[in-house]
Amino acid sequence: MQVAADLQKGLDVYAIREQFPILKREVKGKPLVYLDNAATSQKPQVVIDALVNYYTNYNANIHRGIHTLAEEATAAFEATRDTIQKFIGAASREEIIFTRGTTEGINLVAYTWGRQNLHAGDEVIISGMEHHSNIVPWQIICEEKKAVLKVIPVDDNGELILEEFKKLLTEKTKIVSVVHVSNALGTVNPVKQIIDAAHAKGAVVMVDGAQSSVHLDINVQEMDCDFFAFSAHKLYGPTGVGALYGKKHILEAMPVFQGGGEMIKEVTFAKTTYNDLPYKYEAGTPNIADVVAFKAALDFMTETGMKKMRDYEHELLAYATEQLEQIEGLKIIGKAREKTSLISFIIDKVHPQDVGILLDNRGIAVRTGHHCAQTLMDRFCIPGTIRASFAIYNTKEEIDALVEGLKKAIKLLV
Amino acid sequence: MTIQQIEDEIVEEFSLFDSWDDKYEYIIDLGKRLAPLDNKYRIDENKVRGCQSTVWLAAEYKEDGKIYFTADSDAIIVKGLISMLIRVLSGRTPDEIINAPLTFIQRIGMTTHLAQTRSNGLLSMVKQMKNYAVAFKIKNSQLQ
Ligand SMILES: Cc1ncc(COP(=O)(O)O)c(C=O)c1O
Repeated sequence: MQVAADLQKGLDVYAIREQFPILKREVKGKPLVYLDNAATSQKPQVVIDALVNYYTNYNANIHRGIHTLAEEATAAFEATRDTIQKFIGAASREEIIFTRGTTEGINLVAYTWGRQNLHAGDEVIISGMEHHSNIVPWQIICEEKKAVLKVIPVDDNGELILEEFKKLLTEKTKIVSVVHVSNALGTVNPVKQIIDAAHAKGAVVMVDGAQSSVHLDINVQEMDCDFFAFSAHKLYGPTGVGALYGKKHILEAMPVFQGGGEMIKEVTFAKTTYNDLPYKYEAGTPNIADVVAFKAALDFMTETGMKKMRDYEHELLAYATEQLEQIEGLKIIGKAREKTSLISFIIDKVHPQDVGILLDNRGIAVRTGHHCAQTLMDRFCIPGTIRASFAIYNTKEEIDALVEGLKKAIKLLV
Repeated sequence: MTIQQIEDEIVEEFSLFDSWDDKYEYIIDLGKRLAPLDNKYRIDENKVRGCQSTVWLAAEYKEDGKIYFTADSDAIIVKGLISMLIRVLSGRTPDEIINAPLTFIQRIGMTTHLAQTRSNGLLSMVKQMKNYAVAFKIKNSQLQ
């Protein structure tokens, strides 16, 4: 039996599902089948409770008040920083900067580190499978600094061509910014190799961890990346908050990002001195409630068990791949040797949008389109794909429903 | 028939379907049967923005004082929606098109059923058709 099989594997998916209230709802009169987890994951009750509890019991502005509520709010806020430090294996808590998400983290690095360290003729390397968030900030700063943007090509399986990367890497390379796990293909990139090669040439490396942080065990010290950015909403946490990790000596040397309250030590009209790390990069009142709830999401993951989650996700990936491959005319885009639980595919003679609409009509949520990776779609000469991405609360029955929905859609459309 | 009457007719047709499955099947069928678009119209200027899919929309103003629309899309449901718009708006005078109520989209439940972004695609098609009507009207008044 299914339940028994899942129990044996370790993760009790039905118990997990109980913790996500949204999974009980219906869409178009059918039970919701949510397979758009790479866009954003759903939230467990503990995360929702953390938000409500904060506003109900100890809402206050942090770091400056001496009253009880301010102390409680500050403690909760800073506790998240400690949890993130442990979660990604950073050496110190000062290396964790709160942001709005991955996008802001990358922009912060481009606008501060980039502005200080890039000069005319310098080179920035990204890859051919980047999310627009890891393309546009670099284009902007490269244009401003007359630096050159280089792109690591992608092969037919959706893997980076490392030999080409090594050719691109020169003394002119100042920073390499690559996605850890592709949101459009699921490819897990060999970041350790990229980082070591880049360091050997004296370049720093930024890793876009938007997708990897939920699927892989992250240890920034072992990885030895210089920057790592991720978003809470992809790992069962709230929207609008994320974290940027940076090596301490690099963060200390960088100019400030935004000016305002919190990030200053002393302000006079003649001169302002800036606060210490990490506050130097946290101008203004932050998103306190969501930072507090971010901790609940990370705790939820650690308590569920990282290994259990990884094993279960791989089981879902293997099952979905096997089932989808049996559909006639269906072609999986992205067949990297190492993938997270995400499958992008196209179907002969069928437009992804039509499939998305018809699946939605059956309560099944998938993503269709270019997945904010237009340049990657161009690489495969397709306008977009249909993407099903799985989280720990998805079941094999839901994959069956997807397959059934696809077959019905194809019958109607072709 | 007036535009209003055709709109009512479409609403009537849709009321026969019990489920959205059937409605989609009908829309898909309309899409498949839409008259093909002449290749000369398949140009960038005729692309309509706001769709995940590509839509080409061409308008021709004929001697009879009416506008004739032809269109195509790579996505079949969108094509079915265009087919309905063409049925309502093609072969009408600029004034008729400009003043067309087009409440049928809402009345058949299309706006609520299709997510915002996709409806926007639909709405930008409508806007584009009305823009053509306005443009031809202005051109006419300048000729006279
Ligand atoms: C690989 C990748 N990078 C960056 C982002 C941007 O993340 P956010 O929108 O949370 O800033 C995403 C989100 O879709 C992503 O998948």
